[in-house]
Amino acid sequence: MADQIVMRIERRDGPDAPARWEEFKVPSHPNANVISVLMEIQRNPVTSDGKRTTPPAWDAACLEEVCGSCTMVINGRVRQACSALINRLEQPITLTPMKKFPLIRDLAVDRGKMFEALKRVRGWIPIDGTYDLGPGPRQAPEDQEINYVLSTCMTCGCCLEVCPQVGKDTAFIGAAAISQVRLFNNHPTGKMHADERLRGLMETGGVNDCGKAANCAEACPKGIPLTSSIAEMARATTRQAFKDWFLRDERAAGAGPA
Amino acid sequence: MAERYIVVGGGLAGLMTVIKLAEAGKHVDVFSIVPVKRSHSVCAQGGINGAVNTKGEGDHPDIHTRDTLRSGDFLLEQPPVKGMCYAAPQIIYLLDRMGVPFNRTSEGLLDFRRFGGTLHHRTAFSGASTGQQLLYALDEQVRRYESEGLVRKFEYWEYLSFVKDAEGACRGIVALDLRTMQIEAFPADAVCLATGGPGIVYGRSTNSTINTGTAASRAYIDGAIYTNAEFIQVHPTAIPGEDKHRLMSESARGEGGRIWVPKNKDDKRDPRTIPENERWFFLEEKYPKYRNLVPRDVASREIVYVVRNLGRGVEGQEAVYLDVTHIPAATLDRKLGGIMEIYEKFVGVDPRHTPMKIFPAVHYSMGGLWVDYEADARNDMVPGSPRQQATNIPGLYAAGEVDYGYHGANRLGANSLLSCIYAGMIAGPAMISYAKNVAPKKGDVPKTLLGQGKTYWSDRFDKIYKMDGTENPFVIGREMGELMQKISTVVKFNKDLDEGVGKIREMKERWKRSNVLDTGRTLNQSASYVNQLWNMLELAELILVCGRLRDESRGSHYKPDFALPEPKTKDPTQDPQWMEAWRVRNEKWLKLTMARFSADGPKVTFEPLKSLANPILKPEPRWYA
Repeated sequence: MADQIVMRIERRDGPDAPARWEEFKVPSHPNANVISVLMEIQRNPVTSDGKRTTPPAWDAACLEEVCGSCTMVINGRVRQACSALINRLEQPITLTPMKKFPLIRDLAVDRGKMFEALKRVRGWIPIDGTYDLGPGPRQAPEDQEINYVLSTCMTCGCCLEVCPQVGKDTAFIGAAAISQVRLFNNHPTGKMHADERLRGLMETGGVNDCGKAANCAEACPKGIPLTSSIAEMARATTRQAFKDWFLRDERAAGAGPA
Repeated sequence: MAERYIVVGGGLAGLMTVIKLAEAGKHVDVFSIVPVKRSHSVCAQGGINGAVNTKGEGDHPDIHTRDTLRSGDFLLEQPPVKGMCYAAPQIIYLLDRMGVPFNRTSEGLLDFRRFGGTLHHRTAFSGASTGQQLLYALDEQVRRYESEGLVRKFEYWEYLSFVKDAEGACRGIVALDLRTMQIEAFPADAVCLATGGPGIVYGRSTNSTINTGTAASRAYIDGAIYTNAEFIQVHPTAIPGEDKHRLMSESARGEGGRIWVPKNKDDKRDPRTIPENERWFFLEEKYPKYRNLVPRDVASREIVYVVRNLGRGVEGQEAVYLDVTHIPAATLDRKLGGIMEIYEKFVGVDPRHTPMKIFPAVHYSMGGLWVDYEADARNDMVPGSPRQQATNIPGLYAAGEVDYGYHGANRLGANSLLSCIYAGMIAGPAMISYAKNVAPKKGDVPKTLLGQGKTYWSDRFDKIYKMDGTENPFVIGREMGELMQKISTVVKFNKDLDEGVGKIREMKERWKRSNVLDTGRTLNQSASYVNQLWNMLELAELILVCGRLRDESRGSHYKPDFALPEPKTKDPTQDPQWMEAWRVRNEKWLKLTMARFSADGPKVTFEPLKSLANPILKPEPRWYA
């Protein structure tokens, strides 16, 4: 183990501020990960050429890869900083913020659009209130196992970061929200409102904008089968388009699903 | 004008409070330092308790109540516990209806597993990331209300203090926009703090980096009573780390995991090659009934004893084995997948085939802001009473880990998710009753009151930006954590605590010589940390002072100099001498530690539990052998 860890960080004081690179050297320590190095820099914010600087800003919370906060690009690969162990990274380690989201500062970005997307696809089970209405519907263990994996999506943004269809000027909603539609539409109660969610995916920037690059599934830290989710939702939206056309009179008359 | 409600914190307790308010048609502003979906509730792994009794074991909410009270060594008011345990089955059903992917039996029903401190299968679970799944379910419901316009989210906003009127009531909050560093005051008829626990006061713990306890500490500084501060749960099984200690859920033992060290102290063999009869299963040997599932304080104490006092740590490290290798890998993936992955990812070893190396770590605060309750003569909680979850500050409520109310001296595993949701369920209606019946007499919040709050905090932050001393605040924070770990976790001694209080006070002096490190006005995390650090130092002092004053051993608070001896009989009630010592101890110490802030240090009194006048369960010896 080298006795020093060398880390280069792309820094910006704000969204419109110019970028600069700063390099830091911190002493090696057991079980080091990118977070423990960033914490070390906070305690001694001095660059490797001896210049005092501000501690870099970054998002973090759980540090065990379940909250999604500390997502950034490490040595060119988007991932969570907490599970990026130093002894498995080539040095100097480079940290840059994700580029598909508006920058706040340094390594912190605004992923608000992912949460907005969850509103657009109506990503919830519309329950009839929190009152004591007895148990939910029965589910086969196999269905639960599929849904559990889909439900581990922590809205971290890796799938959007690697997607060629997602950009500053494109409308594509991205794999995460599409896969969430699959999750809710698989649920016995969620199924009752599948149409509404599918229509959310049929608008501009919906599932048809997927370019099938399949980078998303590879980048997902939770191993969520995003490409199958997209394929399945593409089929379902096609069926939905036919259904909506055949039932257009009923829908207009208000008899069909709203 | 319609009433306004504020909830601070977007974990399970906060979001459940929001849902109850929004469901009643109320407009709610929710403040959170992170997007609510990233709150610390995601870290809860093992499950949520409810006596649904699907395994033919005769489980019942009364037994759940008894297990909870016993696990907490009776250091809490009893009716809220009964209310929680009776509500538990319907809470689990509600979460099921919200779409939580709970594990299922072959018949498609909810599955339940064993957890510590009980002999029943009572814990519903969603793999080994139950907290994440529960939080997502509530987050989705709140998003639904948000899209309907009932909920406004203020994410990346940090609570600074509540706004107090001339009568001492809470009339809103002052908060800091972490992105722009703007400070604003927001009016409200009722405010609920659901800001979680203070794990970061201990530096490294199983907690998220956001669990600084700063909001609770500030509420205490502003006049809220803090109760049982000295009761900090140390979880028996975590992976020690440099940035944090990562939890290895109790569910690993609930599913059959076993704790052991080699019988021969100098055994250097690969653990996989050590035969069963040469392994020392010390918990199973000492506690034949509960085996590896004794309550957490008991398990942590035994592990620390084996490692530190007997020098039996495995491979010369501060660790014991947590072994699940006898369980089929497919079962582990289905029921414990989340934690198997965490161990694999962060340690680089596959726990399905090699015993894990674990050690206790700070995990949860049983203590927190004092909250009231109202129960009838049968000890049933009065629905909608404005006193439920109310702090001593009129209009200020608390719910979740930030309240002291449900776990006494030691929390039962898988009761935390339950207590968060239950507290939120009763806090919401209580806030509505308060706003309807009490707050309207007060009218609109005067602009001057809000202005004063904003000015106070703007001035304070202006001073922080000008701090250009020699001390790095993050270094002080690390030293605080190391000190707290060393003297105030599994085993405590008065001499250490006395010295510790002095050291914390020195750190407070050093804080005044801090350097803010960054004077920017965009996401200035150092400035916000400087403010948090002061609050953490106050909380550290409070935890140590309360720990110093309580000269007994109870639950997680263990002082060898003041511990009851082991009883002479297996059943302690058969040892009259021991029972007398136990009775005398309870007479003196079965009281809440009530702390009020003063500039000279915490003012602490020990106050009797009001529900003991008409208890649901009379205190009984807590014994698991």
